[in-house]
Amino acid sequence: MTLSLFLAVAVGGLVGAPSRYLLDRAISGRTQTNRPWGTFVINLTGSLLLGFLTGTTMTGHLSEVGKALLGTGFCGAYTTFSTFSFESVRLLEDGRIVDAAGNVVMSVAVGLAAAAAGLAIGLAT
Amino acid sequence: MTSAGDGTQRIPLDPDVDFGPADAAVPGHGQRRTRQAEAVIVVALACGGVLGAVSRYAISLALPTEAGRFPWGTFLVNVSGSAALGFLLVLVIEHFPRGRLARPVLGTGFLGAYTTFSTFTVEAIDLVRAGHAGTAIAYVAGSVFAGLLAVWAGMRSARIALRAERWLQEAT
Repeated sequence: MTLSLFLAVAVGGLVGAPSRYLLDRAISGRTQTNRPWGTFVINLTGSLLLGFLTGTTMTGHLSEVGKALLGTGFCGAYTTFSTFSFESVRLLEDGRIVDAAGNVVMSVAVGLAAAAAGLAIGLAT
Repeated sequence: MTSAGDGTQRIPLDPDVDFGPADAAVPGHGQRRTRQAEAVIVVALACGGVLGAVSRYAISLALPTEAGRFPWGTFLVNVSGSAALGFLLVLVIEHFPRGRLARPVLGTGFLGAYTTFSTFTVEAIDLVRAGHAGTAIAYVAGSVFAGLLAVWAGMRSARIALRAERWLQEAT
C-alpha cells in the first residue's frame, strides 16, 4: 500500500513539474509586465484543484491512491512555494517594494480563496 | 541588500523558466532553444520533479500533522526549499554560468516540486474550518516570512561562500 502511494506521488510529480514549467513559460512569454504572473496563476489554479480534491476525498469520492497521485503528487509539484518566495525577494532586491508586497499579499489571499472555493465545491459534489 | 556588480543583475525574476541570457526561452533573450534541447530540458526537469515530490511525501509521513495543529512538515519543506533555491541560483548563475541542466533539474524540477503552495493554502483553510483561526494565521504569516528570509539567507550564504572561494584561490 505504501509503495503504491509512493509510486502515485512519483507519477504526479513527473507530470506536475513540467506542467508548471510549460504553463509558466507560456504565460511569461505573453505578458510583458513587471510581476511574476506565471507563478501566480499556477499557485492559484493548483490551490483550487487541491481544495477540490481534498473535498472529494472527505466525501469518499476519491481514493487514497487517487489523492496521492493528483493531490500530493501533481498539485504539490505543480505549485511551488520556493519560486514564489524567490520572486518576491528578487522584487525586493530591485527596490520594487510595492510589487513585492502586491505579489505576496495577492498570491496568498487569492491562493487561500481558491483553496476554500475548491474545498467547498469538492464537499458539495 | 546587494549592489550592482556582484551578479545580481544576471539573476532573473522568474527562475523557473528564465535560464539566462545564453539560452533563455523568454522573448528578447536571444536565440530560442531547439525543439530537441527543449525536450531534453523538460524530461530532465520531470525527473527532478519526481524526486522533489517523493521527498516531500516522505517528510510528510515522518512529520504527520495532527488535526488542528501547526503543519510543521509542510513548513519545514517550504522553508528549506526556499533557502536551497536562493543558494542554488546564486551558486549556479555566478559560479557555473555555462551549466544548462542544474537549474531546470534542481531548481525548477526538484525544489519546485519539493516545495508546495497548494498544500500550504489547503492546510490553512482546513485549520480555519476546524476553528483554529489563530494557528492558521500563524501558519500563513510564519511560512511567508520564513520563506522570504530563507531565500535571502540562501542567496547571502552563497555569495559569502563564493567570496571565500575567490579569496582562497588568490591567497593560496
